[in-house]
Amino acid sequence: MTREIAVVAFAQTDHRRTSDELSEVELLMPVLHQVLDRTGLKSADIGFTCSGSSDYLAGRAFSFTLALDGVGAWPPLSESHVEMDGAWALYEAWTKLLTGEADTALVYAYGKSSPGSLRDVLTRQLDPYYVAPLWPDSVTLAALQAQALIDAGHTDEPALAAVAARSRADAETNSHAQLRGSVPHGDYLVRPLRTGDCPPIGDGAAAVVLAAGDRARQLCARPAWIRGIDHRIEAHSLGVRDLTDSPSTRLAAQRTGAFERPVELAELHAPFTSQEVVLRRALRLGDDVRVNPSGGALAANPMMAAGLIRVGEAAAAVHRGDCDRALAHATSGPCLQQNLVAVLEGDPR
Amino acid sequence: MSKEPVAVTGVGQTKHVAARRDVSLAGLVREAARQALDDAELTWADIDAVVIGKAPDFFEGVMMPELYLADALGAVGKPMLRVHTAGSVGGSTALVAANLVAARVHSTVLTLAFEKQSESNAMWGLSLPIPFQQPLLAGAGGFFAPHVRAYMRRSGAPDTVGSLVAYKDRRNALKNPYAHLHEHDITLAKVQASPMLWDPIRYSETCPSSDGACAMVLTDRAGAARSPRPPAWMLGGAMRSEPTLFAGKDFVSPQAGKDCAADVYRQAGITDPRRDIDAVEMYVPFSWYEPMWLENLGFAEEGEGWKLTEAGVTELDGDLPVNMSGGVLSTNPIGASGMIRFAEAALQVRGQAGEHQVDGARRVLGHAYGGGSQFFSMWLVGAQAPDS
Repeated sequence: MTREIAVVAFAQTDHRRTSDELSEVELLMPVLHQVLDRTGLKSADIGFTCSGSSDYLAGRAFSFTLALDGVGAWPPLSESHVEMDGAWALYEAWTKLLTGEADTALVYAYGKSSPGSLRDVLTRQLDPYYVAPLWPDSVTLAALQAQALIDAGHTDEPALAAVAARSRADAETNSHAQLRGSVPHGDYLVRPLRTGDCPPIGDGAAAVVLAAGDRARQLCARPAWIRGIDHRIEAHSLGVRDLTDSPSTRLAAQRTGAFERPVELAELHAPFTSQEVVLRRALRLGDDVRVNPSGGALAANPMMAAGLIRVGEAAAAVHRGDCDRALAHATSGPCLQQNLVAVLEGDPR
Repeated sequence: MSKEPVAVTGVGQTKHVAARRDVSLAGLVREAARQALDDAELTWADIDAVVIGKAPDFFEGVMMPELYLADALGAVGKPMLRVHTAGSVGGSTALVAANLVAARVHSTVLTLAFEKQSESNAMWGLSLPIPFQQPLLAGAGGFFAPHVRAYMRRSGAPDTVGSLVAYKDRRNALKNPYAHLHEHDITLAKVQASPMLWDPIRYSETCPSSDGACAMVLTDRAGAARSPRPPAWMLGGAMRSEPTLFAGKDFVSPQAGKDCAADVYRQAGITDPRRDIDAVEMYVPFSWYEPMWLENLGFAEEGEGWKLTEAGVTELDGDLPVNMSGGVLSTNPIGASGMIRFAEAALQVRGQAGEHQVDGARRVLGHAYGGGSQFFSMWLVGAQAPDS
């Protein structure tokens, strides 16, 4: 029989454009304390620890080793790290709990984008021989995708503006968001994308605690059970992909059982307004589904943590009793190359 | 709660050299993956997921290389996970892949680790800017040499032991066609006469910088039943981490290494590692780490590891062969080095290790470590399937 595993606690920083006065460890520490406090656990009580971060944002090799010092890895921990968004660290922790080798897991992720030029940095994740030397930046690539969507008749600029307006208005109630309240749609950054269609660049961290079975019920009044979680990757080259579609998201959603019953709420990791259009179609989300009530990545997009935050926000909605069935999505790579989908449910009321 | 038994049915690695100028990163990883699939007699379509690992992205200058490598590894439409746990990453990557099978999330997983050091400069990648690191640390050797010195002082080991290890591993490498260094004219005197780099570590007692990749096919019981060649069964696997620097840290024999080994032995029912384990592939980037890890892993009492080395116990024809493949001292594509240890352990229990095969190897330990001796990953594989 498959083990039941739930998100039992979630914490995040206030996301900000810069955090010069804080090291990565200092950025992360309060979040780790908060998430453990919510469960009453100490770090020594945790069965498995897994994190997600990127050396390229930190500008140094092995940057995650200092963060581990902040966790307090003594006595030694059963621990691992992925060089991906924290949502994938959560996936690794989920498989660990499934094997029965641990009953609880701490998952965290952090990213400081402020020390460098994020648009330039992200060009380094492209094909190193043929594409990266041309330095095509992340906004330009997203603009290609947006234009393809408009050309295909899936959206238009006013519809994209409406996505931005809704997200930023929703963020008004999210004290952690970087951009809150109504924000002007702005001028073109790269046509057809305006500043309002693009995510803010910021620093932030997030953490969740996972627990299995009865342990989850002890630690949380209303655990957010992970009914399914799956991730899929697509080809890297933009030239061989249909940028107006996201087959990897659809396949992952299928594998998680997302299509078996409707969800009430979806937290989508769509850093660009146009990407929400792609994801809504791939996930077959109707207009009655609340999308990104947190404001989503358009209100705060700390690299490496933004995907984990989507899982955390969806889980927190279940914890609060705001919904019974929620979907969380995380992405990595240019133009939604890699996508993760999780379905979270609370116990029936 | 029962786990699915995990079997290794395919192993592949590239010929490791200083610079593979004939292939791209994609070509390099594909070569190892293709070999592992061929060994398992499977096709790309038989693979459910790919788990890839490597040491820092800075070594090749590609951020999140899994994105670029998805096509080359047949991962399109599949889950692809990227692991990074410093030098232990090759081992950790295999364990993350094994967990996917053990948890019954997937039946057959391709796992791969690589490094193409020629595309960059590891010395630069490891020499971190102030204030993250004290100045004049000068790469990994500068970090580890004081700990070797501490071991010598603590154990009273004669200063000849390090060169014995290097001489043994370089001779073993001559029997391994994939090894990077093939020093046909190697002698003990040559090792001892090589220049001192970081006292007490000599040039010939250090690992080379290699380009290379290693891959394995991991599968469940049903997959193993279809395997054309004997599978290697995972009998235990674990990871442990501790902080880089703190007052209570024992750099000579870190607690995380002891705990990791103890967990693996508990899973595998090993009570006396010296008696119950037939051979070891351990992560020895500087020769003195062989006696140090012999103690840390429980094969010798504290302060006694060097005596096993000196007595020839760890020779290929010894009672407890160590690094039959030539080890990290002969081949070091950093991100892949841990996985090579794990894969060589699997080859041994499958009886597929060729000229460096240990007769009757039934249970073999694969070991990796990384960071400032703070990240450990290990697995024990056997010729017999686990009982459960």
